[in-house]
Amino acid sequence: MGQFGLTAYGSYLPFQSISRQAIFDQIGWIQGGLKAYAKGKRSYADWDEDAVTLAVAAARQLLNTTDAAQVQNLSFASTTAPFLDRSNAGIVAAALDLADSTHCHDSSGSQRAALAPLVAACHNQGDGLLIAAGEKKPIQPANVMEMLAGDAGAAVLTGSENVIAELVAAQSVRSDFVDHYRTAESGTDYVLEERWVREEGLAKIAAPLIASLLADNNMSVEDIDHFILPVAYPSHARAIAKTCGIKEDAVANALFTDCGFSGVAHPLLMLNDCLDRATPNSLILLTGFGQGMDAILLKTTEHISNYKSSISVQDFMTNLRIEDNYPRFLASNGQFHPDWGMRAERDNRTAQTVAFDKSRDIYGLVGGFCTSCQTPQFPKARRCVNPECNALDTQQDYRFADIPATVKSFTEDWMAFNRNPPLIYGNISFEGGGNMFIEMTGFAPGDIAIGDKVEMDFRIKDIDDKRGFHRYFWKAAAKRKT
Amino acid sequence: MAEGIKDKVAIIGMGCSKFGERWDARPEDLITEAFEEALADAKIEKDNIDAAWFGVFYDEQNVGKSAYPLSQYLRLPNIPVTRVENLCATGTESLRGAVYAVAAGACDIALAVGCEKLKDTGFAGLPERTKGTFEDLYQPGFTPPGAFAQLGAAYAHKFGLDMADLKKAMAHVSWKSHENGFLNPKAHLRKKLSIEQILNAPPVAYPLGVFDCCGVSDGASCAIVARPEIAKDLVGENFVTVKSMQLSPSNGVEMGHQSWDGAGTITTRKASERAYAEAGISDPRADISLTEVHDCFSITELVLMEDLWLSDDGMAPKDILDGRFDADGDIPCQIDGGLKCFGHPVGASGLRMTYEIYLQLLGRANDRQLKDPKFGLAHNLGGIPNRNVAAVSIFGMNE
Repeated sequence: MGQFGLTAYGSYLPFQSISRQAIFDQIGWIQGGLKAYAKGKRSYADWDEDAVTLAVAAARQLLNTTDAAQVQNLSFASTTAPFLDRSNAGIVAAALDLADSTHCHDSSGSQRAALAPLVAACHNQGDGLLIAAGEKKPIQPANVMEMLAGDAGAAVLTGSENVIAELVAAQSVRSDFVDHYRTAESGTDYVLEERWVREEGLAKIAAPLIASLLADNNMSVEDIDHFILPVAYPSHARAIAKTCGIKEDAVANALFTDCGFSGVAHPLLMLNDCLDRATPNSLILLTGFGQGMDAILLKTTEHISNYKSSISVQDFMTNLRIEDNYPRFLASNGQFHPDWGMRAERDNRTAQTVAFDKSRDIYGLVGGFCTSCQTPQFPKARRCVNPECNALDTQQDYRFADIPATVKSFTEDWMAFNRNPPLIYGNISFEGGGNMFIEMTGFAPGDIAIGDKVEMDFRIKDIDDKRGFHRYFWKAAAKRKT
Repeated sequence: MAEGIKDKVAIIGMGCSKFGERWDARPEDLITEAFEEALADAKIEKDNIDAAWFGVFYDEQNVGKSAYPLSQYLRLPNIPVTRVENLCATGTESLRGAVYAVAAGACDIALAVGCEKLKDTGFAGLPERTKGTFEDLYQPGFTPPGAFAQLGAAYAHKFGLDMADLKKAMAHVSWKSHENGFLNPKAHLRKKLSIEQILNAPPVAYPLGVFDCCGVSDGASCAIVARPEIAKDLVGENFVTVKSMQLSPSNGVEMGHQSWDGAGTITTRKASERAYAEAGISDPRADISLTEVHDCFSITELVLMEDLWLSDDGMAPKDILDGRFDADGDIPCQIDGGLKCFGHPVGASGLRMTYEIYLQLLGRANDRQLKDPKFGLAHNLGGIPNRNVAAVSIFGMNE
């Protein structure tokens, strides 16, 4: 048996963050004790992002380095998936335009949801598993998690060729330890006391599991180069490492200062950050905590030296735009309910018949390519849009999602309904041909100009408040800095 | 090219309601106001009308679908009535239906009515509407000002203009229409504005401010058309005829093909070329005496001066600032105040433009009267620059 492990990974952070001091300035009068966390910034997803779009964005980063044909199974992991009874993984697969034969699975129920399929893959040597995690936690204002959390996506792919980090072994332990919980009725997290979680939960669960995993694989704590303990409180990892005897410099960056704890996505996000800088033959202990623990040993290979993320976690964090507008931050996550005006009353009922019939157009951003005149166009049509051609039924599928474009015209519309005004939209021209009139994202007011480079982001198009439905489409996003 | 309709149809009567925020009036009142004026003008009985075309745009409010509201309001004697809708060209489409029926010999006398009751939404601007089950899934949630604002960004880019300079020309467009609308008793907005007020107005959609946008109004307008022989019997030799009516809808190029630069309207260029040809006009800058164009936003009027071939490409800002389209300029534009100040009840607008040209040609425009107008051009642009219906109609006196 050859090597088996991770062959690719991808990360995603939204465009914006809020300084924790700006949060504390607004809620400190309620929870003065949160001052201890009023430093750095936390990422937050825009109103049109959810766990699905965050996962899609991370998976697309991964697929920038890897052929999508390698994906045979897709596991979408989140505790904040938009749909309770509709395959969220199915939406992710459609946005990634994966093969119809892809087995899609939703993983949820605890903060370990992204590691559950990875542990299984480790045991089963399951090739071609794409785990795409996204988390956007709904949090009550002044809850401690408002300070600690961040929104992000992260993805990894398993395989046995060009393995960058070998999956060596994994062990798990169960424990119905309730450090926090959220129900459909509660809507937001109910969070228990930090010290109890650390001392009675984390320490007592982690130490024996880690010891057992290392012993079974004839390793010791000294062998661990990177210890990943993804938990909300930034000081816990160091404390647990000390308890377990893991050397202090092996403790991985919890990404607290510039991102925050991204829930289900966080184990993979921390892993990706680690892999962004890891050298060959490094031993990584990846754990996940939530009603027990998963512990996975990975060992980087020589291929890690040649692997380069299209955007590293550090790059994402460095380039986060910092907002200090607390109500805007709350509105992005449905925690602020201003009067959006009468235009917000528009009925966004979706004709599901059409959405299904045009699924590849809408979710996959697949248009047409005229084989007669070589003109790409969206949407695909019976007759070619090129006025010099107009040929009938000559179009092949043509995916625009990964094609760069430039801004051809734009406006910042203060009248249109948008949960993050102004609504920015305009015409874009794709490299190689094709034009779209489309909503835009990632630009602060006054920042956009004709000729700006844009790339396509999968986003929520409209929220149907009456029926609780999200419909998705693509937006032209400002090109991210690297 | 086909023979066309030049001088085959006369306009024997027109009417137009007061435009504005007509909180006190229902569509029945607005239509009756316009129709009774037209009927008296034409000096016929309503039962002399053979068929009617009824233009209304918004199903979401106004009178709902179908043609029967017109038949009911006017108590027409069960003659054929056709409801038409083609975005902001709806009023012109109703006239085109009536004109074509008379030109074809199917009718001796036909009626065109357009009406819109926009101010029943409870908010400023146009009502929200669906774009269709498929397009709702991907088209941006644009507003009309935002969609037309694209022209501003693209035009400035194409001609290397500083936006501040382009905004000055746009402000002149609005300033001029307010000066004109001030003189018009039927106009919605009768207030003069300074250039500074226009430039400093609150933003709506970059680069448009509030005073770059036209009025959203209630109103109705109406035309009665007939064979020229009938017109002679009714009003003598001196009557207005239709010289041309051309329509050009987008075919998807603007939305989906890179050949469009976003700085103008392809359809207006096509429709106006055909309209000038149908009317036998080879030099529009010499022969067109006045225009009523679709100035839904100041930037629209600006680019239309080029699209109608009245300014050279890139020269509209200069021509505007030089006053070429002011009331005392070479080719006055929006002498009645335009959409900007007369107002824009969508289904009525095309007929409102025709109404002003009709008055001007017959010398009945009172304080606004231009000297010896020869041909008047009405232009509508339904939809948005990315996808629209352009209508160009030319009217003159019987020859």
